[in-house]
Amino acid sequence: MNQDNIAINVQRAVKRYGTFTALKEISLSIYDNEFFTLLGPSGCGKTTLLRMIAGFEDVTEGAIQLFGQEIETLPPNKRPVNTVFQNYALFPHMSILDNVAFGLEMLGRSKSEARAKAGEMLELVQLSQFAKRKPSQLSGGQQQRVALARALAPQPKVLLLDEPLSALDLKLRKAMQIELKHLQRETGITFIFVTHDQEEALTMSDRIAVMSAGELQQLGSPRDIYEAPRNMFVADFIGETNLLEVSVDDIQNGRATCHLGGGHELTCNEVQGIGVGAKVHMSLRPERLFISEAAKETASLRGKVVENIFVGTDISTIVDLADGPNFIVRTSNSDRGNKRIFEPGSDVFVNMELGAARLLVD
Amino acid sequence: MAAGAASGGSATTDTYREARTWLLLPSWLILAGLSLIPVCLMLIYSFLTKEFRGGVIWDFSLAAYDQFFFDRGLFGDDPAQIEWTYIAIFWRSIWQASAATLLSLAIGFPTAYFIATRPERNRAIWVFLITIPYWVNLLIRTVSMKFLLRDQGPLNDMLIGIGLIDTPIHIVNTNFAVQLGLFYSYLPFMVLPIYAAVERYNFSLSEAAADLYASKFTTLRRILLPAVKPGVVAGCILVFVPSLGSFLAPDLLGGAKNFMIGSLIEEQFKGNAGNWPFGAAASMILLTIVLILLLIFARQQARAEKEAH
Repeated sequence: MNQDNIAINVQRAVKRYGTFTALKEISLSIYDNEFFTLLGPSGCGKTTLLRMIAGFEDVTEGAIQLFGQEIETLPPNKRPVNTVFQNYALFPHMSILDNVAFGLEMLGRSKSEARAKAGEMLELVQLSQFAKRKPSQLSGGQQQRVALARALAPQPKVLLLDEPLSALDLKLRKAMQIELKHLQRETGITFIFVTHDQEEALTMSDRIAVMSAGELQQLGSPRDIYEAPRNMFVADFIGETNLLEVSVDDIQNGRATCHLGGGHELTCNEVQGIGVGAKVHMSLRPERLFISEAAKETASLRGKVVENIFVGTDISTIVDLADGPNFIVRTSNSDRGNKRIFEPGSDVFVNMELGAARLLVD
Repeated sequence: MAAGAASGGSATTDTYREARTWLLLPSWLILAGLSLIPVCLMLIYSFLTKEFRGGVIWDFSLAAYDQFFFDRGLFGDDPAQIEWTYIAIFWRSIWQASAATLLSLAIGFPTAYFIATRPERNRAIWVFLITIPYWVNLLIRTVSMKFLLRDQGPLNDMLIGIGLIDTPIHIVNTNFAVQLGLFYSYLPFMVLPIYAAVERYNFSLSEAAADLYASKFTTLRRILLPAVKPGVVAGCILVFVPSLGSFLAPDLLGGAKNFMIGSLIEEQFKGNAGNWPFGAAASMILLTIVLILLLIFARQQARAEKEAH
């Protein structure tokens, strides 16, 4: 991607409240047409960053550019970006149609033109029949779609979404995730989406920025972040994982041989910056492990099955390693024909394909 | 008895109803005893004949209303003409009270907004500070105000001292002094309801408006004001109604020229010159005007509400 494609460019942005630093020198570029997600636990600074882009919080240090134009000193009403608020913030005394038309009216369109365009937007989110109602007469999901239509109506260059789905129930949330993704594709507008829900982030995003304690932890595609987490925080926050403390014994042909307490050994791909003798953490995704009666060359993790837990799509097996921690192994239920489920108490080996284990830099 | 009646079943529902009637009784008694009965008394007195040294004679008479609206000459035998004196006093009172209400709104709204936007733990202190002057008796506050505003008072001294004016401005005994007095008498009644409304206001609505390209002024006019309107309306009513009937500020700050209804009514019940039926009639007319104004307002509100739907 080249410079022209950058919709939002955040350069060394710092946010301080008195002595508390909410954001510590964040730099990132968000491309045009991208569905970009800021992901992290509450208090990680993701909403602060979004509000800085929207203009509701000023930037203590650093710069924010929108398509190359410095915007960090502009008030929110001068920035061509729109926001979908967490609590929707629909104007309670206005009809749905007037809510959606508001932005266009403020941009100087005539009332009739603004309303016509607002009507189209309501059609897009399938709420035309509610145009004359007040926000309080709509359900949460419908209000959510009105908020979306209102923010999209002025055709912003970038749409900011602040945990817009968090108030919806699970089923509706899943449906809205897909709807949002479609809407982003259709309109071609850059979406910046804030969430603390890693599954939501993985489902919808082109790229994800994982944040914690005011810092950017990792930036990448959902697949990168899931399969090649850079550090403990990312590995632990995204999905379920087994974290082990290991020592690197040997590195040959891009493969690292490691051992953990109790004489267990395993082999995985080398990671840059981790040399022989390093004591580091390793992440093992439970669904990439399997259980067998004999050791394989990539791992020799001996243990006893403690329990099998049925979790709908999968079966989680807890294995107690000899002189080691407990391990979670996931077996898909669709695989049941091929893979054997061991009874609790059985002596087994935990195995994996090469590349299932990932060494973490910090 | 309410606690025992709370559980279901039709028999207990009856008990509950009965309990509710009894529990509501004190409020009904207060409403009847403190508003309904006095108003009825006043209505009755306004149709009685005046006793020469105050008080009434229990003879039905329309003399009080006649005196208010018609001029029949010195001896009461000329052809009836409309008497403008009292109507003029009423008109001036409405005008003065409106001006005081607008002044209170202009100062009270920003004040309430300021308090409501302070950090939560400081708000109580600000509200407390606003109410402190009102611990002092109204009479003393109004007299002090006269001293502050008079030609040789601190206000004029200060203005001359900083060179803004050469000769003192005459404020005392003007309409403006009365408005100022009324404004100061009832300011908290404006600030407190608006404060309560702004405090409940969801400020992310203002952010949403700014996000949708509205200027600060447009956000105030189109989003904040409609949202806090009930508080503004309550504040205006709470300042306007007592201002209309007030007599301290007009008496002390307005002088004889700037007579208002309150003073007119007060005089009818004071000393030997009084005329109780006339005072009661003037009060009834005042009450009717206020009720009509409020009804017109309420109907307009309802219509606006209907149109918006």
